[in-house]
Amino acid sequence: MSTLAHDHDHAPSGLKRWIYSTNHKDIGTLYLIFALTMFFVGGAMAMIIRAELFQPGLQFVDPQFYNSMVTVHALIMIFGAVMPAGVGLANWMIPLMIGAPDMALPRMNNMSFWILPFGFALLISTLFMEGGGPAGGWTMYPPLVLQTGDAFPFLIFAIHFLGISSIMGAINIIATVFNMRAPGMSLMQMPLFVWTWVITSFLLIASLPVLAGAVTMLLTDKYFGTSFFDAAGGGDPVMFQHIFWFFGHPEVYILALPAFGIISQVIPAFSRKPLFGYASMVYATASIAILSFVVWAHHMFTVGMPLKGELFFMYATMLIAVPTGVKVFNWMATMWRGAMTFETPMLFAIAFVILFTIGGFSGLMLGMAPVDFQYHDTYFVVAHFHYVLLTGAVFALMSAVYYWLPKWTGYMYDEKLGKIHFWLSTISANVLFFPQHFLGLAGMPRRIPDYNIQFADFNMISSIGGFAYGLTQLLFVYIVIKCALGGKKAKDKAWEGARGLEWYVPSPAPHHTFETPPKLTKQMLET
Amino acid sequence: MKTFFIKFLSILALFPLTAFAEWGLNMREGVTQISQRVYDLHMVTLWVVTVIGIVVFGIMFWSIFHHRKSKGVKPAKFSHSTTVEVIWTAIPLAIIIALAVPATKLLIDMEDTSGSQITVKATGYQWKWKYDYIDDDLTIFSVLDTKSTEVSQLNSGLNPMENENYLLDVDEPIVLPTNTKIRILTTAQDVIHAWWVPDLGWKRDAIPGFINDNWAVIDKPGTYRGQCAEICGKGHGYMPIVVKAVPMDEYRIWVAEKKQEAEAKKNTADMVLTMEELMTKGEAVYKAQCLACHQANGEGVPGVFPALAGSAVAIEPDQRLGHIHRIIYGKNLMPAFGEQLSDVDIAAVTTYERNAWGNDTGDIVQAKEVSEARNKK
Repeated sequence: MSTLAHDHDHAPSGLKRWIYSTNHKDIGTLYLIFALTMFFVGGAMAMIIRAELFQPGLQFVDPQFYNSMVTVHALIMIFGAVMPAGVGLANWMIPLMIGAPDMALPRMNNMSFWILPFGFALLISTLFMEGGGPAGGWTMYPPLVLQTGDAFPFLIFAIHFLGISSIMGAINIIATVFNMRAPGMSLMQMPLFVWTWVITSFLLIASLPVLAGAVTMLLTDKYFGTSFFDAAGGGDPVMFQHIFWFFGHPEVYILALPAFGIISQVIPAFSRKPLFGYASMVYATASIAILSFVVWAHHMFTVGMPLKGELFFMYATMLIAVPTGVKVFNWMATMWRGAMTFETPMLFAIAFVILFTIGGFSGLMLGMAPVDFQYHDTYFVVAHFHYVLLTGAVFALMSAVYYWLPKWTGYMYDEKLGKIHFWLSTISANVLFFPQHFLGLAGMPRRIPDYNIQFADFNMISSIGGFAYGLTQLLFVYIVIKCALGGKKAKDKAWEGARGLEWYVPSPAPHHTFETPPKLTKQMLET
Repeated sequence: MKTFFIKFLSILALFPLTAFAEWGLNMREGVTQISQRVYDLHMVTLWVVTVIGIVVFGIMFWSIFHHRKSKGVKPAKFSHSTTVEVIWTAIPLAIIIALAVPATKLLIDMEDTSGSQITVKATGYQWKWKYDYIDDDLTIFSVLDTKSTEVSQLNSGLNPMENENYLLDVDEPIVLPTNTKIRILTTAQDVIHAWWVPDLGWKRDAIPGFINDNWAVIDKPGTYRGQCAEICGKGHGYMPIVVKAVPMDEYRIWVAEKKQEAEAKKNTADMVLTMEELMTKGEAVYKAQCLACHQANGEGVPGVFPALAGSAVAIEPDQRLGHIHRIIYGKNLMPAFGEQLSDVDIAAVTTYERNAWGNDTGDIVQAKEVSEARNKK
């Protein structure tokens, strides 16, 4: 054997390393860099939105372009930033956390990443087309979306690309977790992050084909004379909303569940104490995933459903508060009587728990159909989903990056700058989104480029928060680059209280790890 | 860092509280019993989640301040307790059931449209509302007022802050009687819209090909404003709703007057106006109906809304009838105005479009020509 041995740590160099890569770490890095890039592209659109809303009157963009900013910002942030960031973390960390040498399907892994840049090139190119980009909202409700100009088929095929990429990623994760765990690691011994990603993968596989079906029906309605969603031809525009949200609500949890997994890794590490209620965390995650398939119509209480339908979806929606509550209580109990320290990952994790819960509170309010008739399609909803997605999902991703950066780069990031980034982000995000609750309650509809003067003050405050948040993220890029270039050497186990197999490989993690399965000790399996 | 944070908090604390009161922080109580009940349920839920938040975050912060490594705490080892897990599953469940009961009752009452005394159908158009008073055979079109339209153009240079009802005023408000159960049907002509007046306590989608029914009993006379709440294209932010609630007898008088006006509008075919009169009237009609898409300068929006300035349809003599027909019947994205505008209005706006922005055809279109055009498609 020894004569055939070659240096397994050799990483191919140059551009080909990235284009042809089948290495889970390289592909994970690609995903993360791509997600960060898209975070700034989508963020730039958010800046345009907030600039236009800074004061009443139209100052910068015409309403059609404003609508396309609202639409494309959402699509990019969901499909381009948060989802790929989650997949990137899964790629990097799942093999390390379960003791596998790589993902189960490395070539498919390469393809599922490289589809993304093409998908987004299609989507972003629409902004430069005759008639402008898609401007009917990311929800693409017909008949409005059918008024899209040349951009329409590009939008549909971009969605198909992103869907195919995500489905392949999900298959890969499931195949990896079920087949490649180190001998001796049972399912109920996996780190919570792995569990949440397995459940998320099933959500992806079950929901994305539904979206693909819905947008294909839009395509045939526009170009091939079908009338799926056209009442004049015997169709029903509301049917699209049912199909869309059958995908759309699980999608919300596709964004949120990996965040739950991250927080379940970070809080025990910095509390120096095992995760409280591991089994109930797994069951709560699974319950949320199952419930997410039977609550979709709470996004459309105002379409005029029968009373019984409204009652069913209201009860099912309110029920989600129970498993979500269990998770929050478990995190608190993990912190209880721990020996906590507050490095940047922990700060982001604590902010996540509080701010995501605030988003959960407004979610409970929105779930109650009779009051939702007032909240629906106002800034109250905008505030709600940004609390769960920005101060929720994105904060968790930030926490994850700070937590695992030492493992990726081999260096500790600049803790002082990390803390500044945390405080500026947290304050500005709240200045940005908290006033939007008031705007919505006072009666400001969402997706409007201009507004009555009674909404002027809170919009200005919100915009100031928005600009501050946007600028602050440049600091994040600086911190990450600085850390990649050097700094204090990271130990293999970079954090005193860190748990999990990934801390038993060197920092930075070598190109190939666990080429022979690790012999698990009790300590390695702590959660 | 800490000093910055303290400064920030002190700025917030010093903010004049009276200003907050005027800004509208909370849901409106509205002017119907239903809107009052919606408000009450909203407040109950808000207080419930606020108390839960204070308790839960309070415990968490207590832990954060006391269970720190820097205080020399040795971490505990526990990771499980069936008792507390059962408790914190059961308590939220109980709270949710307690909230679901009043929500269910309210929802059942909101959906009960029986026993209504009058019916009004609101139809959403890109971008205006049409109201059919079914019992009185009366139709009203309601469009954003010209003042807001002018101010809201990109870089108009006009200050919206001078108009309290900026973007919340229409040319023709609808009038509804107080203390009467009004059935409000919503539907749409082109894309999905949503009809929302916060003071009535609900909003409901207006969907092409389908009719939703809702109801309201307005307790107090007054003017109540709302907006379209479902994205419906470029003009989504520019199709407000204004409801004037008046006592029943005043409402009857208003209906009678409006019907007379409508009757008068029907018979404008014989009106003959001078060029100046047509241009003035035409400009007013253009601002109210056409400007949102074709723009003040008649240039339209490239790729979306065609230009009228220099456009064949508004210049060529042989397209004069086509021009009138386009306004009466619409085309593609352009809605039909035949039902909404009188003969003389259409004549005026056609004349205006054929002479404004350097089109200078000198064409004069009179109401009679429009009346005839209606009969020969």
